Amino acid sequence: MNVYDLIFYLFAAITILSAFFVVTTRNIVYSAYYLLFTFFGIAGIYVLLGADFIAMVQLIVYVGGILILLLFGVMLTNKITNVDIKSGTIHTVPATLGVALFAGILLASMWNTNWKNVNSDIQAASTQNLGFLLIHQYALVFELLGILLLIALIGAASMARK
Amino acid sequence: MIYDFFFRITDSNIIASIIQSLLPLFIFILPFALFAVWLERKVSAHMQDRLGPMRVGYHGALQTIADILKLVQKEDIIPNEADKPLFNIAPVLVFIGSYAVFAAIPFSGAFIGSNIDLGIIFIIAASGFVVAGILMAGWASNNKYSLLGAMRSAAQIISYEIPTVLVVLTIIMITGTTNLQTLSEMQTGHFWNWMILGGPKFGIAKFIFIPFMIINFIIIYISTLAEVNRTPFDIPEAESELVSGYHTEYSGMKFAMFFLAEYANMFAVSAIVTALFFGGYQSPVGYLGNLFGMHWLVPIEQFFWFTAKGIFFVFVQMWLRWTLPRLRVDQLMAVCWKYLIPIAFVNLIIIGLITVL
Repeated sequence: MNVYDLIFYLFAAITILSAFFVVTTRNIVYSAYYLLFTFFGIAGIYVLLGADFIAMVQLIVYVGGILILLLFGVMLTNKITNVDIKSGTIHTVPATLGVALFAGILLASMWNTNWKNVNSDIQAASTQNLGFLLIHQYALVFELLGILLLIALIGAASMARK
Repeated sequence: MIYDFFFRITDSNIIASIIQSLLPLFIFILPFALFAVWLERKVSAHMQDRLGPMRVGYHGALQTIADILKLVQKEDIIPNEADKPLFNIAPVLVFIGSYAVFAAIPFSGAFIGSNIDLGIIFIIAASGFVVAGILMAGWASNNKYSLLGAMRSAAQIISYEIPTVLVVLTIIMITGTTNLQTLSEMQTGHFWNWMILGGPKFGIAKFIFIPFMIINFIIIYISTLAEVNRTPFDIPEAESELVSGYHTEYSGMKFAMFFLAEYANMFAVSAIVTALFFGGYQSPVGYLGNLFGMHWLVPIEQFFWFTAKGIFFVFVQMWLRWTLPRLRVDQLMAVCWKYLIPIAFVNLIIIGLITVL
């Protein structure tokens, strides 16, 4: 067990514990803040896997964007309008089915991935290769995703206008 | 250089990196915050035809140390109705966010906290924690002024992040790197190699870049000014409307942490502007160390130039604070969404075209 392993277990513990608290806490603001630590832990694990660009994007998009908007919405409605938002359990059967299906997909991809668990296998700088792949091999997918995001933006703007 | 030293002592590359990333806090942020608070009081005083602090030390130079001692002794007041765990974590989160940024800032050729490839992107990512911390502080205080201040601050920071990132993108397009150390190394030589004057590559493109780079610099300076909540964008802590914004309820050391984070942020954004546009730690005219053949002197000179440029931009921030009145909320959003973002987009497209051609 070296320092590398220790750091991995630290991030793994942060991720799992905070994810557990996200779903068990009744206070929705607390859930949102536990989610912050989950994202942070996942970003740390990405860095350990050598995917530093994905780690940064994880922080920028999820912590800097989605989480802040989520907090914004919760805080604006929770304290100012005096409506108590509590999370409860509803639709247990569809939820279980969905979670089981998703867990199955995740486990299948986990077993079928060729994990690089030796330090020297992990590339030091993957960002340049990633950019190269996105522009050359996956150019069409990349453009389509861009258009999808643009459609979502236009849709959001037109809904907000009504 | 410094990394090798720690590596020899600890014999582990991870521990050595951690120590190196922690260094800026003690060697730079704390002394800088002490100096900047004093400077701010002096600048404001002289602009208003006063003297400012004069009693402690020479021209009040030790005033901030006395203030910190006072803050340490103060009782730590937590409001009864506040959300205690979040109330206690919030200043730490804000401080971590603004201090993590310093890990990727190249102070000199010999010292950078962590020489990662994604330096500038890491800085943008780490500032997300500051927003989360500010919202946490405002919400946990259970005070409507704090919450309003936090909301305004978060809205402002996430809006003004867009023009900042667009400007950073143009720099990435020209230089092809996101590593701040490499970026600073590229602008070596004399001041005409700085990005504000078109970058290191000599040619027609360099002269075409100059006007766009100046526009870029103005956009990023305005938007970073808004990101650190300085006047004329200080509506999150507008004293005449919101008492003091999200840190109204904080006292003692927790208040001091917010204060420290604020001044650390001021230097961080100045350092980013310096590294992107003004040659980073490079001297504008060449080094004394090279002239006299004493090469160990060069990193120290680089540190001097970096701090000097950074503090100059911090001084400009203070200058603006005591010159301009505050913007209204709607004006603030209009400046960002109707002026800065479209201009930044046009700039991005034009610079992209020039780089391709």
